[in-house]
Amino acid sequence: MTDMTMQSTALGPTSAEKFRQRVLPFVLFGLVLAIIPFFGPSRTTMTLLNHIGINIVFALAYNMLLGRAGLLSFGHAVYLGLAGYFCVHILNWIDAADGGFWGNLPVFSLPIWGFAMGALAGAVIGWPSCRRAGTAFAMISLGVAELMAAAAFMFDSLFGGEMGISGDRMSGPEFLGMSLGPLDEVYWFVAFWTFVGVVAMFMFTRTPLGKLSEATRDNPERVQFIGYDPTRVRYLVFIFSAAFAGMAGGMAAVQDEIFTPESMSLIPSGAILIAAYVGGIRYFSGPIMGAILMTWMSSNLSDYTVGWLLYLGLMFITVVMFVPDGIAGLVFGFWNGIRSPNRSHLMAKWAQQAVGVALMIVSIIVIVEVAFRWSEGYGEVFEPWGMELPHDGVITWLLAIVPLALGVALLRRVARKSEEV
Amino acid sequence: MTTPALKLTNVHKSFGPAKIIQGVNLEIAKGERHAIIGPNGAGKSTLFNLVSGLYTLSEGQVELNGAVISGKKPFEINRMGLSRSFQVSNIFSNMSVRENVRCGVLWSLGYGYSFLRNVGNLKEVQEKTAHILNEVGLLDKANLPAALLPYADQRTLEIAITIAGGAEVIMLDEPTAGMSHSETDRAVALIEKATKGKTLLIVEHDMGVVFGLADRISVLVYGEIIATGKPEEIRGDPKVREAYLGEEADEIEGASA
Repeated sequence: MTDMTMQSTALGPTSAEKFRQRVLPFVLFGLVLAIIPFFGPSRTTMTLLNHIGINIVFALAYNMLLGRAGLLSFGHAVYLGLAGYFCVHILNWIDAADGGFWGNLPVFSLPIWGFAMGALAGAVIGWPSCRRAGTAFAMISLGVAELMAAAAFMFDSLFGGEMGISGDRMSGPEFLGMSLGPLDEVYWFVAFWTFVGVVAMFMFTRTPLGKLSEATRDNPERVQFIGYDPTRVRYLVFIFSAAFAGMAGGMAAVQDEIFTPESMSLIPSGAILIAAYVGGIRYFSGPIMGAILMTWMSSNLSDYTVGWLLYLGLMFITVVMFVPDGIAGLVFGFWNGIRSPNRSHLMAKWAQQAVGVALMIVSIIVIVEVAFRWSEGYGEVFEPWGMELPHDGVITWLLAIVPLALGVALLRRVARKSEEV
Repeated sequence: MTTPALKLTNVHKSFGPAKIIQGVNLEIAKGERHAIIGPNGAGKSTLFNLVSGLYTLSEGQVELNGAVISGKKPFEINRMGLSRSFQVSNIFSNMSVRENVRCGVLWSLGYGYSFLRNVGNLKEVQEKTAHILNEVGLLDKANLPAALLPYADQRTLEIAITIAGGAEVIMLDEPTAGMSHSETDRAVALIEKATKGKTLLIVEHDMGVVFGLADRISVLVYGEIIATGKPEEIRGDPKVREAYLGEEADEIEGASA
C-alpha cells in the first residue's frame, strides 16, 4: 500500500497539476488568438500581429536548438528562407496551373510544405554541421548562412536576385470559404498555424527525443553511456528545428507574398537569436515573449526614433549580463515572488530596482538622442515635451549624468543589501 | 567452462610515448564482483575508459559475453549490456532527478529516438523509473533539479542512472569517493542490492569497501596487473603489500602512533 502511494508520487505531477501546467496555458493562448480580431485591429496592427505569429513559431524553432539542445546557431534564418522561397514558388505554380495537383492545392496548406522543405534543408545541411557541437557548430552555421545568402544573390532563376521573387496568395482555390485575400483572413491563417506550431513544439519537448535533447545539452558524454549517440540526437533535433523554422517560412510567404535574399542573411538570424534570448531560453514560453516584444519594437519603436537599434543592442547586452533568464525569468520570478511569504520585502526590493533602472533609462535616452542628432550635424535638437536639450546645454549634461549615477548607486545599494540578507 | 562476462586480452593503451596500460589480461565470470585496486596513476580509470569504449585500444581485445566490443562506440557497448558510472558526478544537472533516471531507462525499453510519444504516458517507463528511484532511496527527491542534490545523493543518482538501463555488467568508478563513513556504508548496501545477480567491476580506494564487497580483486600497478585473487590471497601477497597495501598500512600505523 505505502509502496503504491510512494510510487504514484514518483510517477510525476497529479492530473490537476498537469492540466494547469500543460493544457491550460494553451487553451488560454488559443482563446487570446481567437478573441483578438473582435477588437477590430487596424490593418497595421493586423500585419504586426501576423508577423508576431510568424516570429513566435520561428523563435520557438530556434530555441529547440539554443535552449533545449545547447546548440548556438548564427544562421537559422537559412531554413526559414529556403522554405519561404519554396513556398513562394509554389504560389506561382498554383497560379500558373490549370487544374491538376498544383491547381487544386489550397494556399492554406503552405506551412506544411514549408515544414517539409525546412526538414529537407536541415537534413542535408545538418548532416555535416551536427557532427560537432559547441564553437565548431556555431562557426559552421555562420558559414552556411553566408554561403546561402551569397548563393541567393547568384542564382537568379531560383532566388530572383536582389529583388527576390513574389507571388499571389489569392491564386489558389478557396479553402474553408477563405480566399486569403483580406488581411483578417490571413490573420486566421497565421493564428491557426501559430497555434499548431506552438502546441507541436511543446509536445516535442515531452517526447523521448525531446528529453534526450536536454540530456545531451547537459552532458553529451553521459548520454553515450545510456545507449544514445549524441550526434544522432543533435542531428534529429536539428532537422525538427529547421522544419519548424520552415513552417514559419511558409506562413511568411503567404503573409508577405515576397522573399528576398536578405531573408537568409545573418540579420534575421541574429534577430531571432536576440528574440529567443531576451525572452528567456530556459523557459518554453520565453521565446514567445521575446518574439512578441522584438517584433513590436522593430515595427513601432522605429517610428519614434532612428536610434532604436542602439536601444535594442543595449537591451540585449543588459539581458545577457544581468537577466540571463530573460523576460520569462522576470515574469515567473515575479509570479513566484508575490505568492511567497516575504513578498513585502521582495516588492520593496523590486520597486527600488525599477526606479534605479528607470533613472538609468532617462540618461541613456538623453545620451543616445542628443548624440545622434549632434553627429548628423543638421542642427536638429532633441526636444522631449518641448524641453530643448542641445548638445552643449548644461541641463542636457546634467540629465545625461545625474540620473545615471543615481540609478547605478541605487541598484548597487539594493544588490549589496540583498547579499547581506 | 562458461563464457566470461568480461574478457580482456593483452590490452594496451599509450598516449603518445606514455604507456599507461601495458598488457592487461583479465577474465571476470558472470555474476562475479570484481574490484580493481592500485595506487594513484596506475591506470584504473584509463582501463575503465577502454572497456566502456570512451578510449580506443592501442592493442588487444575486449569481449563482453563472448562478443568483441573493443573498437565499438560507447553507446553500442552500452546497448550490448554494459553500463558504467563516473568518478566525478556525471549527471544531467539541469533536469530533475526523475528525468535523469528516466533518460537512463528509455533506450532499454525500446523507445530510442522516438518523437511521437509523450514520455508522461509511457506507463512502463514511469513504473521502471519509480522502481529504481525507490530502490536507491531517491523517491522523495524525485522532483528536485539534480544539480541541487547534496553530494552523496548525486553519487547515488550516478549509480541509479548506471543501473537504469538494466545492463548485466555494471562498472562503478570510485562510487564512495568523498563520502563520510555512514554515507559509505549506505552506498555499499545500495551497490550490493542494486547489482544483485549482475556482474560488477568496481574501482575503489576505500579498502574496507573493496574487501567487504569483492569476490575477487585485481591489483593494477603501472598499467600491469600484478596479482588477481580472492581478498585473503591479495591481503597475504607480499608483492601487493610492497606495491600498494604496505604503503597504506604504513600510513595507518603512522596515524595511530
